[in-house]
Amino acid sequence: MATDTGVEKAASSGGMPQLDITTFPNQIFWLLLALVVIYLVLSRVALPRIGGALADRTNAITGDLAAAEELKQKAQDAEAAYEKALADARAEAQGISAKMKEDVQKQLDVEMAKADAEISAKSAEAQAKLAEIRDNALASVNDVATDVAGDIVAAMGGKADAKAVKAAVASRMKG
Amino acid sequence: MAESKDGGLVFKPMDQFLVKPLFGDGPVGMLTITNVTLWMFLTVVVVVLLLVVGARGRNLVPTRMQSVAELLYGFVYKMVEDVAGKDGVKYFPYIMTLFIFILVANFLGLLPKFGPLPSAFTVTSHIAVTAVMAMMVFLGVTILGFVKHGAGFLSLFWISSAPLAIRPILAVIEVISYFVRPVSHSIRLAGNMMAGHAVIKVFAAFAAVYWIAPLSIAAITAVYALEVLVSFIQAYVFAILTCVYLKDALHPHH
Repeated sequence: MATDTGVEKAASSGGMPQLDITTFPNQIFWLLLALVVIYLVLSRVALPRIGGALADRTNAITGDLAAAEELKQKAQDAEAAYEKALADARAEAQGISAKMKEDVQKQLDVEMAKADAEISAKSAEAQAKLAEIRDNALASVNDVATDVAGDIVAAMGGKADAKAVKAAVASRMKG
Repeated sequence: MAESKDGGLVFKPMDQFLVKPLFGDGPVGMLTITNVTLWMFLTVVVVVLLLVVGARGRNLVPTRMQSVAELLYGFVYKMVEDVAGKDGVKYFPYIMTLFIFILVANFLGLLPKFGPLPSAFTVTSHIAVTAVMAMMVFLGVTILGFVKHGAGFLSLFWISSAPLAIRPILAVIEVISYFVRPVSHSIRLAGNMMAGHAVIKVFAAFAAVYWIAPLSIAAITAVYALEVLVSFIQAYVFAILTCVYLKDALHPHH
């Protein structure tokens, strides 16, 4: 069969090399050494380092998130302040406009009252003038009637007594 | 072995598992530098390269190697936390040691032979290796259980949720299954690694036959792909079973 005799001997002797008890101490010794070295390297250096890196990353991410949250809050606050300023300004403007309106109204009222008083005074004056004119006219009517009555009497050929005519006209005017 | 004439078809699928001295041809003593030593050493080197050198930067944005190291860390950490509970996290370095050793040793054993270099040797395909690890887990967990709970650890075998009448029977079964744990724990890993590698070698022997070679090579490729998967899965299974046993030690009450 094959030429490499050392291998051949071992292979043909036991079948499964796994069951060759003579190699067990060797395997177990090197295994324990490897495990101890790996354990020391992992527990002293590798795992704390990797765990630290992962923790750093988590902290950085949560820190960034918190900062973003804070900035967002700030922006919201600024927006609220702006809204408030806007509302204040609007309210002030409304107040000013209302006050203005009130003032104008007041002034208007005063002017109106003044104008009304003037108008009523003027109309009273006119009324008085009118009454005077009417009185004058009435008085003139009396005179004219007396004159006309006297003239009519005279034209009729009668002798007009001025006193009697006047009395007659007055009694007629009354009736 | 129809064509097994001289230099023809030779089946030696188990030769890859031979423990040989690296220098000379003497007997294998306890301290002899063997191929076991070499591949254990390479395993340690790869672990250091991956988890120490690769994760050296501690960058906020990880490099590729750091990313792999962090993935492995997170994977095992989460497994310990989920299976063994919060108080199991204390034992995370031990489980990580076992997991990373098995994982790297499994993968290194899959390296193809390259030129004059000795062919890859899978240390985890040896029952001596896996049995020692399984016994370490078994003894460690049992001692931990008794230290933490005293005689109360025995309540692990007394299933209080079962009817009283069948509890003694269950207790016997539980005790037997408890002592079988290290056996199944170790043979599962060694058996898986050995079987896959042996199958690859069997197909490789067929590749010497001209008209079967294409089929043989395709089969080797397929089995190799499967072995890559199995290498990871067996490391995972070994670690998660360790977590399960640890959970029993920390919380023996059902």
